[in-house]
Amino acid sequence: MGIISAIGNNVEENYTALIEGKTGISKISKIDTVHKNEIMVGEVSYTNNELENLIGLNSDNNYSRTALLGVIAAKQAIKDANITNIKEYKTGLISATSVGGMDMTEKYYYDYDENEEARRYIDSHHAGDSTQKVAQQLGIEESLVTTISTACSSAANAIMLGARLIKSGRLDRVVVGGADCLSKFTINGFKTLMILSNTYNTPFDENRKGLNLGEAAAFLILESDTIVKAKNKKVYAYVKGYGNANDAFHQTASSEYGDGATLAMEKALSIAGINASDIDYINAHGTATGNNDLSEGRALIRVFGEDMPDFSSTKAYTGHTLAAAGAIEAVYSILALEHNVIYPNLNFKKQMKEFAITPQLKLKSKNLNTVLSNSLGFGGNCSTLIFSKQA
Amino acid sequence: MKSVYIDSVGSISSQKTFDNSEFLNEITVYNDNVISVIDPVYKDYVAPAAARRMAKGIKMGVVASKIAMNEAGIENVDAIITGTGMGCLVDSEKFVSAIINDKEQYLTPTSFIQSTHNTVAGQIALGIECKGYNFTYVHSSVSFESALLDAKMQLENEEAATILVGGVDELASHTIGIHKLVTHIKQEKVSSTKLLESKTTGAVFSEGANFFVLSNEKKDNCYAELAAIEIYNTLNIENLDNAIIGFLNENNLSVADIDILIQGNNGDVIYDTYYNHLSHDLFSKIPQVYYKHLSGEFNTVSSFGMWLGAKILKTQKVPNEVKLNNIKVETIKTVLLYNQYRGENHSFVLLRKC
Repeated sequence: MGIISAIGNNVEENYTALIEGKTGISKISKIDTVHKNEIMVGEVSYTNNELENLIGLNSDNNYSRTALLGVIAAKQAIKDANITNIKEYKTGLISATSVGGMDMTEKYYYDYDENEEARRYIDSHHAGDSTQKVAQQLGIEESLVTTISTACSSAANAIMLGARLIKSGRLDRVVVGGADCLSKFTINGFKTLMILSNTYNTPFDENRKGLNLGEAAAFLILESDTIVKAKNKKVYAYVKGYGNANDAFHQTASSEYGDGATLAMEKALSIAGINASDIDYINAHGTATGNNDLSEGRALIRVFGEDMPDFSSTKAYTGHTLAAAGAIEAVYSILALEHNVIYPNLNFKKQMKEFAITPQLKLKSKNLNTVLSNSLGFGGNCSTLIFSKQA
Repeated sequence: MKSVYIDSVGSISSQKTFDNSEFLNEITVYNDNVISVIDPVYKDYVAPAAARRMAKGIKMGVVASKIAMNEAGIENVDAIITGTGMGCLVDSEKFVSAIINDKEQYLTPTSFIQSTHNTVAGQIALGIECKGYNFTYVHSSVSFESALLDAKMQLENEEAATILVGGVDELASHTIGIHKLVTHIKQEKVSSTKLLESKTTGAVFSEGANFFVLSNEKKDNCYAELAAIEIYNTLNIENLDNAIIGFLNENNLSVADIDILIQGNNGDVIYDTYYNHLSHDLFSKIPQVYYKHLSGEFNTVSSFGMWLGAKILKTQKVPNEVKLNNIKVETIKTVLLYNQYRGENHSFVLLRKC
């Protein structure tokens, strides 16, 4: 696994922040937006220059920040999985992004006529570009490399597709995850939807004021049983279940009772061949918007009924990292399994009045076998992943 | 494992392809470097008020999917999977330019909402109230093939019985402008009848939507069997022959078994070398077809290539206008499609007669 987010530049730093309850939300420093005093974000600490140096890129590169973050996280994942020869097995890459190269698009939008040097970024505008750069940096060639963009469930869907590609035997190994950087485009977009909080986001709190945007990238390495056996690999967890469904309700809002999220969770449980009662912890999507937390909470109640497992949202740590969120939270879910720990849902003060479920508010040690993670997005896109210690 | 079939098609392109009872009966010849689509009467398929609100990409996607679903005689599907290189590009441009021009003030959410890449798939789902699996792939020239591969795996494994799959992209003025600057769009206007003789860099940019209903049950009016797909992020021209032979071998075929090769030549003197290599060497004795002189180039134009392959297999006719050579074939049983854009993101798709 590899990760870079507002709460850390690698897996260890992210884990430490999670168990110490340390948020990465702050005022914005790297984008000069007129909204800088009204919003809070989850920014990665490195500047583009620092990221370029870490990767070892020349100054004439055309990497968007999304690609820079993606490469850092993907390289960590390769190292963590002890992969020294990527060509030894048939390896693909499935990435996810929604912002893509938009940071450079908006920076140079009107400059291309005059500024010939900036034109190198024209090739990095499309959403597949960051994925291609990750593939190139990892040495993945002549292979299946593609990108999913289903808004805020994108990376969960990348993990889902990766699991299916291995299951079907099409690939032996697949690098899955996602990356999204902050941009004026998303800041202003969410601002117009009036779902940005002007302070720290408070998932599942009665007085929640909306989300904080974040930037991040995370990648995980999925390998077939054959590789695991042949190489005697350490397995963090198994992708036990997955489900995607559509709310078919509204382009941006979730249905009142979370039909899509309910279906996604039910599908994932069915694929995993387990019951709702087998879930030990839920890493909720929990963006802290009025609409999401109500709809998702009701969906959780529909699936889990009275026996609600411990649940929390980690959005108060990282902000909402959009297309990357599913991968970020997959890493967090797997770390929870590894360390048998449930992260506190930060900033919660008041119980929501519509239902009685309350997120886990303190760090909790508990033996965990199976963790469920939700990712819900625009276009009614709802995804659930289930990770387990057992195959 | 179940076999996968193309039950129906719906195409909106720079040719009059929206009427499934025809097959390139009349060809529109262009003399330009950017071409648009020949629009169907959209309000025949969606309510006029709704059609007015829709971005072009959404409108093309929704209507092409309706045409395909009408032909298949179904009102819903188990899953919707789309490919799009750039999504609803006009709205993306509108929102970026508004941010810059108005200094992040007075913005409205409509164009932001529509700019999300999965808007077309989401809108189709909303329209037919499909709560099933809904994915959108956004990887340049293999966006459509990624969607196709996903659908094929689900149908083979019986995770779904019918799936709507499509590719859609729309033109937008800023993107056209900057792609002209870097000559990804040809500097000069080109006659579509002479595209491959242009000997200049760049392509003729375009837009379109091609949707298909796929299923895992063979029906009487089926277009073709979708036999195999392979995607390569990179492929050197030196390795192209090996890759294609390997792909055919995996499907128990050799080059001689291919009845028609459909290639994605777009008239770019640099990158057409890949297609020319196959035309002149490995496939020199095989009937060959091309299509981007009719459709133009866009990230998901290979979905038009598949439309063409499906139509050829169903009608057993090859329109003269698409022929790259004059080699004749009696019965068309096996069709191979090859596409790449600017030397990256290559794909092979294998279709068989039903």
